[in-house]
Amino acid sequence: MPLTDTPIAVAMSGGVDSSVVAALLKREGFQVVGLTMQLWNQRRLPELVPETGATGRCCSLDDVYDARFVASQLDIPYYVVNFEERFEEQVVKPFVSDYLAGRTPIPCTLCNNFIKFDQFLEMADGVGAEKIATGHYARVSYNEATGRYEMRTGADQSKDQTYFLFGLTQQQLARTLFPLGHMTKPEVRKLAEQLGLPVAQKNDSQEICFVPNGDYAAFIEAYFREQDIDASQTEGEIVDTAGRVLGRHQGTHHYTVGQRRGLRIAAREPLYVIATEPASQRVIVGAGADLHRSSLIATDVNWVSIAPVLEPRTAEVKIRNKHVPAKATLVPTDTATRVRVEFEEPQRAITPGQAAVFYSGDLVLGGGWIAHAGTN
Amino acid sequence: MRYFDHNATTPVAPEVADVYAAALRGVPGNASSSHRAGQDARKQLEQSRLSIARVLNCAAQELVFTSGGTESNNLAIFGIACGDRSSRRHVVTTAMEHPAVLEPVRQLAREGCDVSFTGSLTGEIDAAIREETVLVSVMHANNETGAIQRIGEIAEVVRARRAAGQKIYLHSDGVQAFGKIPVDLERLGVDLYSISAHKIYGPKGIGALFVRKDTPIRAIQFGGRHERGRRPGTESVPGVMAFACACKLLAEYPAHELGALRDRFERQLLETLDDIEINAHTEDRLPNTSNVLFRGISGETMLIALDTAGFAVSTGSACSSGSIEPSHVLLAMGRSAAEARSSVRFSFGRSNTLHDVDQLADAVVGIVRRLRKSRERRPQLAAY
Repeated sequence: MPLTDTPIAVAMSGGVDSSVVAALLKREGFQVVGLTMQLWNQRRLPELVPETGATGRCCSLDDVYDARFVASQLDIPYYVVNFEERFEEQVVKPFVSDYLAGRTPIPCTLCNNFIKFDQFLEMADGVGAEKIATGHYARVSYNEATGRYEMRTGADQSKDQTYFLFGLTQQQLARTLFPLGHMTKPEVRKLAEQLGLPVAQKNDSQEICFVPNGDYAAFIEAYFREQDIDASQTEGEIVDTAGRVLGRHQGTHHYTVGQRRGLRIAAREPLYVIATEPASQRVIVGAGADLHRSSLIATDVNWVSIAPVLEPRTAEVKIRNKHVPAKATLVPTDTATRVRVEFEEPQRAITPGQAAVFYSGDLVLGGGWIAHAGTN
Repeated sequence: MRYFDHNATTPVAPEVADVYAAALRGVPGNASSSHRAGQDARKQLEQSRLSIARVLNCAAQELVFTSGGTESNNLAIFGIACGDRSSRRHVVTTAMEHPAVLEPVRQLAREGCDVSFTGSLTGEIDAAIREETVLVSVMHANNETGAIQRIGEIAEVVRARRAAGQKIYLHSDGVQAFGKIPVDLERLGVDLYSISAHKIYGPKGIGALFVRKDTPIRAIQFGGRHERGRRPGTESVPGVMAFACACKLLAEYPAHELGALRDRFERQLLETLDDIEINAHTEDRLPNTSNVLFRGISGETMLIALDTAGFAVSTGSACSSGSIEPSHVLLAMGRSAAEARSSVRFSFGRSNTLHDVDQLADAVVGIVRRLRKSRERRPQLAAY
């Protein structure tokens, strides 16, 4: 059975990964349409752009130029599509309000759920493409026994992106190809060289695409200024776990759970952020031992490779992108999309707003958003 | 590929291409040279100027050749408003203008000139004019919606001011109107008027600015004494000859006949599809232009889907495609950003047949249904 006899819509960022995807599919004889999603206007918040320019970041003109150049070299139709309004509504605004609500958000997952694997599918429908392809490092296959599409980690563990893809629905997975899932990054670069792609040596994109230099607080403050929002409302007290006031802070968005730097408080023991309380604008600090928790509550859980669990089952759970998955039991609650995760060993800095993604080996079972850590 | 983007540019007419190619070989001289090769080029240049002037009903001396519409607009705006810097100057234009007018006017503002962006109704323009207003610039027909402005009325307003002693002039960007509706510069009453060859089946890179006799325009670039010192630079004689040929051909292809194609297209869409509207439907419009709002559908997606199916259309000005902002023209008309983003421009031309138009309408209907179904397949989506 042919994979697809309709065109394949490839999301092209101008980077090496998606360029290789387009080239590979073209080489294999598929009809390929290249599309670049314009998500954020880099001319906004100009104070954030370093004087050397905004190169190497998503949606910069250079990247669009590179994508267009690759597409013309491959001789495939290519379009730039503007999703800026939707990106701001569904990714940037939640990102800002999450920080203000004391959480540490992952905009990439929202972007995947609401833009890359949703709005982009509408573009695909527009060009008559049944399948879309991206340069993500993840693998998808269909399990005939269960009737479900399964997702596995990318073969290159250091590049695996499944942590950001747990929100994909079966309908989305049914239409998605990840041609790089079985390859390593060095293999991809080598292939890019062999295919003669002009972007073979281009640097990997870093951090969150619309936040220059990974400085989230500076982004949020610049966005506040642009939107005429008073930033002082986020200032408040720094207190210890017993509620004693130790000092003041410049805004809750400067702090994330587990953070040690930037507290500016003299103490005998090193102090860490244990939590931020949005209602009172308080940042709670404590000793390193206070950071360890043995359970968490995940909400808005999406089951990927398996049907929703009805009984407790074991899994390995990842609580941030660079976390080594930890052994845990998934315990269903009264609410189907709410799961209690009980770790075998307490985990450090379980952070509300991040995702808890459930694995069994390389199989992605599902995942949800960390609402809060459990009490010990 | 069937082409429905004639407001972006038109294919060069075969007759024009013949004239152009023959001139490239046969008229090698510089029109400013004294020798006979130069004299021949000069003769061709001036004959072409005369024949274009006849079509526009103006004097040949009133036409300045330029590189196209953008340069003509820049010459008109800076040439009038960058006059005596010791006195205060004010310029009035509308929010619906093409970037080739909006941007020069914004540049004037950056250089210290007062500017006003108004609606395009004669009353709104009249109300914006001040004692120190030196220039009013209003496009004859809008490139995106095809809406035709009442230039004659506005000219009366400006002339009344001038009769009262004010040094005020009216410029109109006629790049879209010329060739699609009759343009008689004598009757229109404007002082400056921009036209471009590539919108009327001529080559790219040639245009003209009409400057009515006794209008005090200054050059904005400096060099030789070409074009009576108003536009230095060696004239493109082949380009001007091709432009003249394109102007002459206009009479053989009456543009108002395109109205039948356009109306048939719109009727088919309106009869078949729900949730669509024709932008500027009730206004006086160019006969070839249809700007359709497809509610709930991204105009960009529609453009790409049609392109894939072999139909070339546009979401607005070609100069802003693939870009960020929703159409400023539709926003200025009171459309929301979402509505502006859901709008697509179809502009018909000489090569389009009834059959083409029926195929286009079928393709549009098919794509709208496909995209609306796509939305139903993804029920978690909020309305666009």
